[in-house]
Amino acid sequence: MQIFQFILLGFLIVCAVSVSFSKNLLNSILIYMSYSLIMSIIWILLESPDLAITEAAVGAGVTSVLFFATLKKIHAMREEDEDDE
Amino acid sequence: MSKKISEEEYRRRMLVRMKQWINGEKDPYLGNMEIVPQHEYVPNKKKLREYHKDLDSVHDKAYDVEHNRIYRFFMRFYRVAALLCCLALISILLVEVSYLPPVGSSHNPSNNEVAAKYIEDGLQDTGAVNIVTGMILDYRAFDTFGESNVLFIATCTVLILMRNDKKKGKGSAQEEERRDSFYEPKNDSILQMIASVLVPVIIIFGIYVILNGHLSPGGGFSGGAIIGAGLILYLNAFGFEKTERFFTEKTYKWVSFSALTFYCLAKSYSFYTGAHHLESGIPLGTPGAIISSGLILPLNICVGLVVACTMYAFFALFRKGGF
Repeated sequence: MQIFQFILLGFLIVCAVSVSFSKNLLNSILIYMSYSLIMSIIWILLESPDLAITEAAVGAGVTSVLFFATLKKIHAMREEDEDDE
Repeated sequence: MSKKISEEEYRRRMLVRMKQWINGEKDPYLGNMEIVPQHEYVPNKKKLREYHKDLDSVHDKAYDVEHNRIYRFFMRFYRVAALLCCLALISILLVEVSYLPPVGSSHNPSNNEVAAKYIEDGLQDTGAVNIVTGMILDYRAFDTFGESNVLFIATCTVLILMRNDKKKGKGSAQEEERRDSFYEPKNDSILQMIASVLVPVIIIFGIYVILNGHLSPGGGFSGGAIIGAGLILYLNAFGFEKTERFFTEKTYKWVSFSALTFYCLAKSYSFYTGAHHLESGIPLGTPGAIISSGLILPLNICVGLVVACTMYAFFALFRKGGF
């Protein structure tokens, strides 16, 4: 269990660093979502399931969706599509 | 308006003028003011070009390192000053940290009798099996009330920033909605199928989390966020037409207002006296039953309603500037 916890903490740091270094805004948000997900697992391991539920619902769910809506408003998502084509 | 008082007396009475201003009446002594329509702005291209030329030359002169001595000095000084400021801040913080009590020491101020009391007497005082809920909705109910109000104020702020008042034409809510869903598939059958299976499950799970807030992990905030996420999924799958059948601005207003008012009225006596525990008259019931622990269950429902409405309202306001 200890090793699992260390692996999760390592993921957490990698996610936190790569959010700020990612050039692509969409990728940043996806990494941020996974950060929240890992954080909620760590909350469960730290024996606070209340926080884990809230983190999963607010951090990984609603906040990211609001970020997506904002990206769409500033037309950042559209440019991504054009790049792919 | 009849002239009952003389002009001098009238000018002295601020209250009368205040009242008129509030009622929107016209001032009989000052006369009518007329708003002259503004002249249309016609840009003079020649002058504009000259202006930009001037601006550019001034800009070039100001940022030329060889000619501007002050700028040169500033460029050198800036890096040194930034470094010094950073070092000063780091050293101040390090000195402060060295005064903090050691981690894990039994004499730390955080290791007082409060936590022990919550753990020992929590079940007896509040009747909630989940001590966390007993703490945030009974001992610390005032804090939770503030949090719920913060959500309401946040929605008001987003409403001020993102609200779309235009009824039709360019930039109206309908236009925004149409443009918003331009790049996504309309009536996507896969999304609709999955949403019609998932949304009831999500919303029922949210209701379960709210109603069992005093028995199992969870509570008003997490349950409300889950319901809000379910509503957002439903909105994305079926569009605004379907959600506006049951959720409009009016619904949001009344649900939030009544939930917050109920919370305030139910707990205000306790806030007023500053007592940590209030004899509400409601029997606490057997710990572990759904209907137990007095006021905690209704307060959980209130917080859940406010949070669910806020989450949905945020998303709707971000999408098209209205809901």
